[in-house]
Amino acid sequence: MFDDFLFRALIAGIGIAIVTGPLGCFVVWRRLSFFGDTLAHSALLGVILSISLDINVSLSIFAVSSLVALILLRLQNTTNLAGDALLGLLSHSSLAIGLVVLGFLSFIRFDIMGVLFGDILSVNVNDLIIIWAGGAIILFVLWLIWKPLFASTVNYELAEAEGMNPKRVNAIFTILLAALIAISIKMVGLLLITGMLIIPCAMARNLSNNPKQMVVLSIIGGLLSVFVGLYASFEINTSSGPTIVTVAIILFILSLSRIRKKY
Amino acid sequence: MIDNDLLVKVSDAGLYKDGKWLVKGVNLNITKRKIVTLIGPNGSGKTTTAKIALGLYKNIEGTVERLTNKISYVPQKVSIDWTLPVRVIDFMVLTQDLQEQEINDALNLTGVEHLKNNNLRELSGGEFQRVLLARAIAKKPDLLVLDEPVQGVDFTGEVELYALIKKISETLKCGILLISHDLHVVMSATDYVVCLNGHVCCSGTPVDVAQNKEYKELFGEKSSQLLSLYEHQHDHVHDSDGNIVKEAK
Repeated sequence: MFDDFLFRALIAGIGIAIVTGPLGCFVVWRRLSFFGDTLAHSALLGVILSISLDINVSLSIFAVSSLVALILLRLQNTTNLAGDALLGLLSHSSLAIGLVVLGFLSFIRFDIMGVLFGDILSVNVNDLIIIWAGGAIILFVLWLIWKPLFASTVNYELAEAEGMNPKRVNAIFTILLAALIAISIKMVGLLLITGMLIIPCAMARNLSNNPKQMVVLSIIGGLLSVFVGLYASFEINTSSGPTIVTVAIILFILSLSRIRKKY
Repeated sequence: MIDNDLLVKVSDAGLYKDGKWLVKGVNLNITKRKIVTLIGPNGSGKTTTAKIALGLYKNIEGTVERLTNKISYVPQKVSIDWTLPVRVIDFMVLTQDLQEQEINDALNLTGVEHLKNNNLRELSGGEFQRVLLARAIAKKPDLLVLDEPVQGVDFTGEVELYALIKKISETLKCGILLISHDLHVVMSATDYVVCLNGHVCCSGTPVDVAQNKEYKELFGEKSSQLLSLYEHQHDHVHDSDGNIVKEAK
């Protein structure tokens, strides 16, 4: 039953679920899901640039997403627009520019559906190396900055007053998010990556009462979604990215029955 | 005034931001075992002054000398979102590594040890403030900065919390910089008061400040009497109009 390409897809999915769990928790805690969306939308421009300039696609996405994140930080300091307006501005301008540039590249055969919704079954060994090596680096850096990042998530001023430099760890976290999007676009696609980031964490929140537990449960939720989603997409012949996210949604709905919201 | 117990010395400090002075001309010494209280109306620069003392601003006028790095801070507002599951025990180690014993001791001192495994969102206002204090004192800081530590606490709770703060300063022998707008209660626990209104409008012992003309203008005659009322039991008496007659009992 497990053909070679399915096995590769599974390995890729496992690698990505392990990284999206902890990062997704911070996205949920810090209310950054729209920010994740913005970075993901800018990934289209990254893909198109990688094709037209013939550079590695993950590297290209990472560069463009990081640039968008830095522009956002800059705009936050220089304009009076609210955060969500700035995010909408960046999100849709990068999407529009990406599509315009795509128009110039009509001579290239280009699977835009794969970019939008992911194409995990086409993962090759090179992609696996990028996913696992990139994922390991992301997790290592996150482990290094965990304490100051978590402290500044709970209370920015407290972390700052007690010498934790929250500004720097916030910037590092943004870069990690851009890197995660770069390595996982191929699996779930840029329209669904935010779902993969936050849905397992939303499920985990319903079942946990402390931060570490929530991270572990998010990883487990992500892994389950990948296992069941891949199997289902193979059996019932649906596209794999959306199927994985659908499984995550089902897990979330199941977790609602055990919700501990007493307030 | 230089002595070995000096922790922070703020000299003629001010902060100019967005075209106006948030606060200007602040002089402040914080020493061990002493509680310095900043009072003043909303927007008078209390929190800004505390942050200047903490060294959080880069572009300030004047100088700040900090002679310690063991500083703990209790911010004005800590709101824990429902998306963040944090227990008291997780919160204790937020910015520091602690032994089990240190956690227990700190929670014990503030009287909330039984809440160790509760979620922060399940706590009442008073319990939450006690947990904030416990976290701040767990590493035995030299300097404790408390920004309105009795928010959302009823009057009885306020009195208890100020008594607790006094106890902390005695037990840990640390200096405390306290920000408050509860004029009457806060004074019982304070050694030195700085009254702010964009600048230092007066400073001194609680009794001195209570008699200061500018203070009376800022807070009204009534609050001055309240202060006096409080000090009354300790070192002076009132006449029938409530004015202070300065003589020891």
